[in-house]
Amino acid sequence: MKPTDTKNPEYFHKVVDCQYACPAHTPVPEYIRLISAGKYTEAYMINWESNVFPGVLGRTCDRPCEPACRRGRIEEEPVAICRLKRVAADNKDDVRSFMPGIPSEMNGKRIALIGGGPASLTVARDLAPLGYEIHLYDEHAAGGGMMRSQIPSFRLPDDVLNEEVGYILEMGIHTHFNTYVSSMNEILEKGYDAVFVGTGAPRGRDLILPGREEAGKNVHVGIEWLASVAFEHTHKIGKKVIVLGGGNTAMDCCRTSRRLGGEEVKVVVRSPFAEMKASPWEIEDAMHEDIPIFENHVPKTYVIENGKLVGMTFEKVKAVYDDQGKRSLVPSGEPEVFIEADDVLVAVGQQNSFPWIEKNTGIDFDQWGMPLVDALTHQSTNQRVFFGGDAAFGPKNVITAVAHGHQAAISIDLHCRGEALTDRPAPFTNLVSKKMGIHEWSYDNDVVNDQRFIVPQAEKKAALSDRKLEVELGFDIQTAIKEAHRCLNCDVQTVFEKDKCIECDACVDICPTSCITFTLNGEENDLRTRLKAPALNITQDLYVSDTLPTQRVMVKDEDVCLHCGLCAERCPTSAWDMQQYLYKVTKAG
Amino acid sequence: MTYIRPKFRHPDLPKNDLGYTTREYEGSLSTLCAGCGHDSISGSILQACFELSIPPHRIAKLSGIGCSSKTPNYFLGNSHGFNSVHGRMPSVATGANMANRDLIYMGVSGDGDTASIGMGQFVHVIRRNLNMVYIVMNNGCYGLTKGQDSATADAGSKSKAGSVNPFQPIDLAGLALELGASFVAQSFSGDKEQLVPLIKAAVSHPGFAFINVISPCVTFNNNPGSTKSYDYVREHIEATGKTDLVPEKSEILASYESGTGTEVMLHDGTFIKLEKLAANRDPFNRMEAMNALRNARNRNEILTGLLYIETETEDLHHTINSTDRPLNTLEEADLCPGAAVLAEINDDLR
Repeated sequence: MKPTDTKNPEYFHKVVDCQYACPAHTPVPEYIRLISAGKYTEAYMINWESNVFPGVLGRTCDRPCEPACRRGRIEEEPVAICRLKRVAADNKDDVRSFMPGIPSEMNGKRIALIGGGPASLTVARDLAPLGYEIHLYDEHAAGGGMMRSQIPSFRLPDDVLNEEVGYILEMGIHTHFNTYVSSMNEILEKGYDAVFVGTGAPRGRDLILPGREEAGKNVHVGIEWLASVAFEHTHKIGKKVIVLGGGNTAMDCCRTSRRLGGEEVKVVVRSPFAEMKASPWEIEDAMHEDIPIFENHVPKTYVIENGKLVGMTFEKVKAVYDDQGKRSLVPSGEPEVFIEADDVLVAVGQQNSFPWIEKNTGIDFDQWGMPLVDALTHQSTNQRVFFGGDAAFGPKNVITAVAHGHQAAISIDLHCRGEALTDRPAPFTNLVSKKMGIHEWSYDNDVVNDQRFIVPQAEKKAALSDRKLEVELGFDIQTAIKEAHRCLNCDVQTVFEKDKCIECDACVDICPTSCITFTLNGEENDLRTRLKAPALNITQDLYVSDTLPTQRVMVKDEDVCLHCGLCAERCPTSAWDMQQYLYKVTKAG
Repeated sequence: MTYIRPKFRHPDLPKNDLGYTTREYEGSLSTLCAGCGHDSISGSILQACFELSIPPHRIAKLSGIGCSSKTPNYFLGNSHGFNSVHGRMPSVATGANMANRDLIYMGVSGDGDTASIGMGQFVHVIRRNLNMVYIVMNNGCYGLTKGQDSATADAGSKSKAGSVNPFQPIDLAGLALELGASFVAQSFSGDKEQLVPLIKAAVSHPGFAFINVISPCVTFNNNPGSTKSYDYVREHIEATGKTDLVPEKSEILASYESGTGTEVMLHDGTFIKLEKLAANRDPFNRMEAMNALRNARNRNEILTGLLYIETETEDLHHTINSTDRPLNTLEEADLCPGAAVLAEINDDLR
């Protein structure tokens, strides 16, 4: 193998698994360290800069960071990264003084944002401080988009959302709420220098089966029903409720039903339980609220008696997998199942929908009705129009929408300055030694053995009787600090300097997880089998040095490195050093 | 300084025949200087015992005093151990071996502990051919007392403070050969590929097995001019060949090409395989080994590898005809068989 090029900003970035997995690339270990130091405001601001909604995301994020967390590869559970973010948000001081200032003189460019969700708000956050005049359009009375309409208050209290949406709207954003944009041409005619579309995936799918028409208003489309609850148009539901679907929307629907009078709420999914799309913790919370989940049930008919919905019938199936692992649901031959219901909530997916974008706008769509959007620049076929969030590439999640917003903001800024959109500025990186003395580091290199701590919840009876009572109480500070200590500091890199190495093997002998080997070089596949412990996880890189005097190379398998610093402590010549790597995604401006 | 090793280990660590990983052979965290050659030797001992699938409780580690003699604390934490008096490890080992011949005795000593204060004990344990492994972690200086020249420091070797050693060194491997040791090897702490198979062979050898391991003292004897520094040893090393130990049961499984080396069968059916043997080397000829060692020294080379092995050797228990049962398992009834047996013996003498 060739010596590893650590100058490539992505190499060490990839070692910080959580940050690398995060669509917005939030410097996770950095803010976790600040939390354990009691610096909540600083921890919050690191988050805010990168993911814009730390309080919201600390409660509702899909947490792509956690399955990536290295801790999950050396023991059972990853660090509770998401809930630590909430600790920073809950315990911070007033952060207004840290917010970027708005220039007194604007740059004369006007930007329209269609939709007031996380993607649009991120664009606003990035562009307003640069002097852009931002116009935000949303059909609802307040900003936040799906964070407001689809995430129930018992998961995300209004004041948390209002605060974080407020930080952005206070940057002199011109808001046009209660304004449904029905024509893209009208917007384009207003002469904006750029238009950003962040309208999400606003159309929930209905499920048309026999009896659907007669069932009428007792069948609800999940996301529409959640929005109508959020905006206080709907206050109750029948005692017996069926929720169709196995995603997070279904989980929100069933739990909301329990709070609006649903006593026997059942979730029914077509697939096996193990293949449900909802996050495991959302499923767990639903089941904790006495909501059973029926797997392998395919809905057949809405059953109507005396003109009223009384339940649904389902066909039982089993999952069969072919050679390619492709699943098909085959009838199991068991009798049909009837489940009683006063109301049915359909949460079987949502779609993009752009009825308001006319054909002559220069924005091209593909055969599935999705706009043609450049994956890097977010520009559509109309050079003035950019897409982000669910509107760009289909339904994902809040943190992805934020990442899109940042990238779109860069593109819009480049576009308005007449520069090439592909000529994007490099990320900010910094690599600093953490050495304080011969055997001392300015980070907490002890690896604690604690298992993941559980976030306490409100008492179930009280939670179910109040739709707005937040269920999760968040970590108290003592527990938060203990949980923060579980972080392995993966951003503190083991940096190897070949010329200083005397090949004494001290690092090899001390490494608790057998990451380091000195051996003759070879092809990667061969090298991976020749290490002290086999490097079977090919998603993790091998860090290979140049050839040493004994003709061997140093090979470090990054997979389960604890970043404990023992290799550097035992190195007599400081050929190993622990250096903190800070990687910040490029932002507009 | 971190004194606690994290408890987490690589999830895919290889397992040996006992189902153990190297974790079961670890000791506590070393407190020696960072980069000490001794730590590498500890690592090699650990690795050899792991690869041989020896149950840790079957091993007794014995040592004297010095940096080297601290090391048994840093490997085989689940084994027996005795950190004895300066230079007196051999007599403690002899006593322990006499009491329980069933254990594997791993003696660890240093150049001071062996070539100075313990010289008398060293030569006698060789003479008696006690069944043990005797490893000298040889760094040519007294590291624990700030690096004064030891008895194995080469004449002309320069200390860190700049003084040149005027005295001739004691060549421990040469001495062991001279005194009739049945297994003599020499190695370098920085060459685990050579050292681990040597330790495995030494453990399998049914008599006194001596390994002199050059082990640089990073703090006091790793300076230019020293003949025991990492750089000097790497530049002046000369290997006799490649040694490998083939345990008995893999005799059939291992498909070694014939004619690529020499195989030495030990009494338990285990093979020591000597590969790429240097020209004119004969590991079964003591005189030849002594000459090779001397010639290498004249060329300022350090000869490493298996220097000499005597396969048909008889250890101390055999020589003194002691009982096959470990003495510590003998009951009063065994030791005092009673008047009838006494009468029988007396009758024989009449």
